[in-house]
Amino acid sequence: MKEILKKTAVEQRKALLNKEISAVELTNAAFERIEEVESKIEAFNCLTKEVAIKTAKKVDEKIAKGEELPLLAGIPLALKDNMNLIGYPTTASSKILENFVSPFNATVTEKLLHNLVPIIGKANLDEFAMGSSTENSAFKKTKNPWDLNKVPGGSSGGSAACVAACESTLSLGSDTGGSIRLPGSFCGIVGMKPTYGRVSRYGLIAFASSLDQIGPFARCVEDAAMLLEVISGVDPKDSTSLNTPVEKYSTMLKDDIKGLKVGVIKELTGEGVAEDVQKAMQNAINTYKSLGAEIHEISLPYLKYSIGVYYIIATAEASSNLARFDGVKYGYRTKDAKNLMEMYTKTRAEGFGAEVKRRIMLGTYALSSGYYDAYYKKAQQLRALIKADFDKAFEKIDILISPTCPNTAFELGSKTEDPLAMYLTDIATISANLAGIPGISVPAGFDSSGMPIGLQILAPQLGEVKLFNASYKFEQANDFYTKISSI
Amino acid sequence: MIDIKDVEHVAKLARLALSEEEKQKFVKQLNSILEYMNELNEVDTSNVAPMEHSIKITNVMREDTVVVDFSREELLNNAPEEEDGFFRVPKIN
Repeated sequence: MKEILKKTAVEQRKALLNKEISAVELTNAAFERIEEVESKIEAFNCLTKEVAIKTAKKVDEKIAKGEELPLLAGIPLALKDNMNLIGYPTTASSKILENFVSPFNATVTEKLLHNLVPIIGKANLDEFAMGSSTENSAFKKTKNPWDLNKVPGGSSGGSAACVAACESTLSLGSDTGGSIRLPGSFCGIVGMKPTYGRVSRYGLIAFASSLDQIGPFARCVEDAAMLLEVISGVDPKDSTSLNTPVEKYSTMLKDDIKGLKVGVIKELTGEGVAEDVQKAMQNAINTYKSLGAEIHEISLPYLKYSIGVYYIIATAEASSNLARFDGVKYGYRTKDAKNLMEMYTKTRAEGFGAEVKRRIMLGTYALSSGYYDAYYKKAQQLRALIKADFDKAFEKIDILISPTCPNTAFELGSKTEDPLAMYLTDIATISANLAGIPGISVPAGFDSSGMPIGLQILAPQLGEVKLFNASYKFEQANDFYTKISSI
Repeated sequence: MIDIKDVEHVAKLARLALSEEEKQKFVKQLNSILEYMNELNEVDTSNVAPMEHSIKITNVMREDTVVVDFSREELLNNAPEEEDGFFRVPKIN
């Protein structure tokens, strides 16, 4: 592996500007690295070399002419394979979309291409982003670069693993209940979910529309801040995108955090949290104290209902969103169906995997006549109470901290037979999606077997500046983010 | 508790053909998940307004002008079956 691949985007940009390496060479180095380790990691569903090299060439032309480079120009990036890129497959890791070729670009894709970011491939995920381990992919099982017997987390497991294995410098994931932060934590990198509506969802295959949000993966906070800057903003094609100016996050990281009020979430400490994770949390608290922040214990009494609320709302929305996969307009269609109804039911039975079917069933049940009030309406009411918990907390404090997950990455296959056990890994992350607030996972240490631990930081809606600032200060006061898996 | 009849009814609504084995599995798994979700009933929410979205959402208006994003041909390229520029499907009955 070329040493430059271990560097952050900020360092790679310097190398490009100093002409130590060309953008084409950097992009090719990433593809060489992929060739070297991809058979072990299995992070990618497909490589998009043609568009990557074409973009890198444009960057080199700009450098040769001495023109100013847009933010992140020439820095290799992977897209989660539920975001559209013209001319390449977008599968959502589902058999039902195996042969679908994107006729359009997602808005995030347009923004990346505009900034001349070479897109090197489409990363594996749990089918339709439903899962916490990436084992629900119809195509392959991505491995954790720190231990190939363990999962990378999910659902954006491919996006996290490729950055952790230095196959890519950056990637995008989508987070509906923790699908960026959890794999960020399991793979020892930075993963960030923005405020709901900060990033356009146009061209992202919908899972649960009131919860989904696209966000960055990177090796350090500054890189993640830059990437969010590039992809954020209002979009006429997504009426839920926020019409609020995008701040220059990456230039606002270094503020002093003396007096910052840090709340430790009481319900996510102590019992149920692995011992090594508790130690890492204590170190985080000590770090913030030493930086002059005030530590407060904050209770969020309704947090314990968040998994139940989430799996009703998310499955209900998913059952509606996934109705479009019916074998008519695109994707897989069953062979020799006798009539239209049989075509629908067999296409969907053969095209969807077990977890997707389970969630469609659960969501359809929750929305069905006679059960709507008991499940869906009840969940929406509790969602309001969970959000009110956060609103109240943020009146007193600036940011909240907790472990991203009570445990580190688990063994492949250890939770696939028990859906509920898998759902419970999302306990710390889900509430941020319900409340629409931004959250990040930052490398915060390693357990006794060398697996990464993540610190989750949460901020109020549109509190990205505060979130990145507090993350950066924690990151720079420690050296966990500089450690790279030995694969 | 949901039984096999419920599972069959929901599967029909969701347009999913399930094998007997899958039906049995879903009865078991859905019951265990729903049992967990019944914990929500501990909380009295009679005075709480349901929340659809976490952010304030208002209607977004634009001029009613025609924009051609895709050609018919481009979209039909992804169709499982097409005929004379239309999607082709099996007969209804």
